[in-house]
Amino acid sequence: MPAFDYAPAPESRDLANLKPSYRPFIGGEFVDGGGEPLKSVNPATEEVLAEVGTADANDLDAAVRAARTAFEKTWGPMPGSERAKYLFRIARLVQERSRELAVLETLDNGKPITESRDSDLPLVAAHFFYHAGWADKLDYAGYGPGPKPLGVAGQIIPWNFPLLMLAWKIAPALATGNTVVLKPAETTPLTALVFADICRQAGLPAGVVNIVPGAGDLGAKLVSHPGVDKIAFTGSTEVGKLIQREVAGTPKRLTLELGGKAANVVFDDAPLDQAVEGIVNGIFFNQGHVCCAGSRLLVQESVADELLEKLRHRISTLRLGDPLDKNTDVGAINSREQLDKIRELAESGEAEGAQRWTSPCPVPDRGFFFAPTVFSGVHQSMRIAREEIFGPVLSVLTFRTPDEAVAKANNTPYGLSAGIWSEKGSRILWMANRLRAGVVWANTFNRFDPAAPFGGYQESGFGREGGRTGLEGYLDV
Amino acid sequence: MSAPTLPAALADATRDDASLRRFLHGLPGVDQVGVEARATALATRSIKKSSKLWAIDTAISMVDLTTLEGADTHGKVRALTAKAKRPDPDHPDTPQVAAVCVYPDLAATAVEGLTGTGIGVASVATAFPSGRSSRQVKLADVALAVESGASEVDMVIDRGAFLEGRYGAVFEEIQAVKAACGGAHLKVILETGELASYDNVRRASWLALLAGGDFIKTSTGKVSPAATLPVTHVMLQAVRDWYTATGELRGVKPAGGIRTTKDAIKYLVAVHEVAGEQWLTPQLFRFGASSLLNDLLMQRRTQHDGHYSGPDYVAVD
Repeated sequence: MPAFDYAPAPESRDLANLKPSYRPFIGGEFVDGGGEPLKSVNPATEEVLAEVGTADANDLDAAVRAARTAFEKTWGPMPGSERAKYLFRIARLVQERSRELAVLETLDNGKPITESRDSDLPLVAAHFFYHAGWADKLDYAGYGPGPKPLGVAGQIIPWNFPLLMLAWKIAPALATGNTVVLKPAETTPLTALVFADICRQAGLPAGVVNIVPGAGDLGAKLVSHPGVDKIAFTGSTEVGKLIQREVAGTPKRLTLELGGKAANVVFDDAPLDQAVEGIVNGIFFNQGHVCCAGSRLLVQESVADELLEKLRHRISTLRLGDPLDKNTDVGAINSREQLDKIRELAESGEAEGAQRWTSPCPVPDRGFFFAPTVFSGVHQSMRIAREEIFGPVLSVLTFRTPDEAVAKANNTPYGLSAGIWSEKGSRILWMANRLRAGVVWANTFNRFDPAAPFGGYQESGFGREGGRTGLEGYLDV
Repeated sequence: MSAPTLPAALADATRDDASLRRFLHGLPGVDQVGVEARATALATRSIKKSSKLWAIDTAISMVDLTTLEGADTHGKVRALTAKAKRPDPDHPDTPQVAAVCVYPDLAATAVEGLTGTGIGVASVATAFPSGRSSRQVKLADVALAVESGASEVDMVIDRGAFLEGRYGAVFEEIQAVKAACGGAHLKVILETGELASYDNVRRASWLALLAGGDFIKTSTGKVSPAATLPVTHVMLQAVRDWYTATGELRGVKPAGGIRTTKDAIKYLVAVHEVAGEQWLTPQLFRFGASSLLNDLLMQRRTQHDGHYSGPDYVAVD
């Protein structure tokens, strides 16, 4: 009997409505940026998708000015109930255009269409709906009567969840009455500029949202711009530290959401098959380009062999390939630079003596791909246990007792997320209280909800996004 | 009389009632949210073109074409055997189904209609569907099926005993039925709709495998919910774990409530990715269904002819 080979089932790329060029969105209009245009590349094929105009210093000034004017004249003074209407409208438009946005996100980022369609886009809409609800209820958010917005927020987002990170930044800022200048990542600017079109479609007053594509130097200019009241950054710890240094001594507020090296802790009484699912979801979701990825698996020694055997079988069923194919589980690495970094770290794992296992799945000849990889026999001292790989590479460590699990899980400069797998509720609560991580998942992983605050400890940053707590980052309280 | 091939740990588990209970309660739990999320996610696989055709033909070859009504007659069973042999007379290349599934008093009629075709005759037994009778009556039921020539016996477990925690009683009964089956294949119906939790489904699956069941089957079709994807996931995991532990391949049969090609393909994807490619054969996976076959035939025609034909173009029974 022949094998059950799934025939290609690609989503139509025409849905993305891809244009040959995109331009910065400043003061309610798409304008020619003065910066050197950049080319956005499809990481699955290495072909150029579109040319994107970038902002230079003058454009940035114009964007900050437009945001300031909007803050003072229209958006700031507007009653919350009116702001809510715009946010609801944006949320509905995101839903209406979700197929277009999902396909475009997949083309630009390399993530599988099932993820952009079933995870990213629904969450984007949910964030706008959720925060629209807050806009007229800020008096009841727990910050006293009439909490005031900060003003102009400069926001810098990464390439791993281009549109979702935009939503996490823009929705709370707008709900609380701030205006924004947002810089999307250099390699994934396209959906942000379609979002700009949605703002226009929604009739959002000019200058409330400004999108300025560009590279890191533009981000640095935004951070140091005197007209900005608040900086919100999601990205690497390295850049986060530079930003914090730059902002120190100024009146600017700052929230940082940085890297992570999350522990996913599996006890011997865990529901093993579901733990396997959670481990796979924790590290291979979005090719492991997730700051809260469960990149360190801590498994109790008594079940380690059984769990690893199940895990390898499960990982070998993951389908790597064309991100637009509806049956693809693991898509493309976002850039060659990132691919090189993952390769380098994986090689260090081998050099330091960990045992490497790579999924036997076929890897396309073209594009940036990295087959799901598991390192066992990893020790706390190895680089692959300490450094964020930001790719589909899992490091497996073992522990003997709950105390040892806590010690190893916390033995990292990061502290963004963690997972606990056990059928014993008391153990989960005991452990969750001892883990230094902003988010602790129990018997699940990588679950997000706009009502749940997200953020980290130590080098994973500070400030929370989402929920009531997330509003604080955009209010003068 | 546990099977002699069992590894020591598993043989130990069946030593007495207490060992059996310790073993079953020591199996890893099943997280309800997790298994349902996985089943939902896997059901989004998009099976098109050549893989869809392959899946349709494979699904047809896995159908246990079933009639289990009080109103069943010899005539009805004869019609069913004719359909089993030639599911779609206009398309003679359509595969035959795996078996015809009937009550034991009609098994002889089914055998008569299917002799020499390679199509199995499955007979339900053991006071199907409730299983509420004496051991003697249940074994007599099995004897009737076997003497009538049934090649497969679909027994029901004693859910009452299982829920009371009398695992040993359930185990012995399955063993006794297995012995009474002789050369006939034994499918053990867990009636998962009455077991209430996925943990219980896992325990019942292992119990049936330990006792020598060749197949574990979800449901009688008389209790709602019948087969569901997450329950089938748990059972597929059980046969995979069994294979890992013993090297033996055992089968899974979801039954009841699977009516469309779309549903059937979701099950095949689960078989493929949860248990593994080896299980994609009628020897190891069956669908207990009656109306499913016609939907598969209609979809098959659509794939071959390029247009939809409608229910009047396939035989009702």
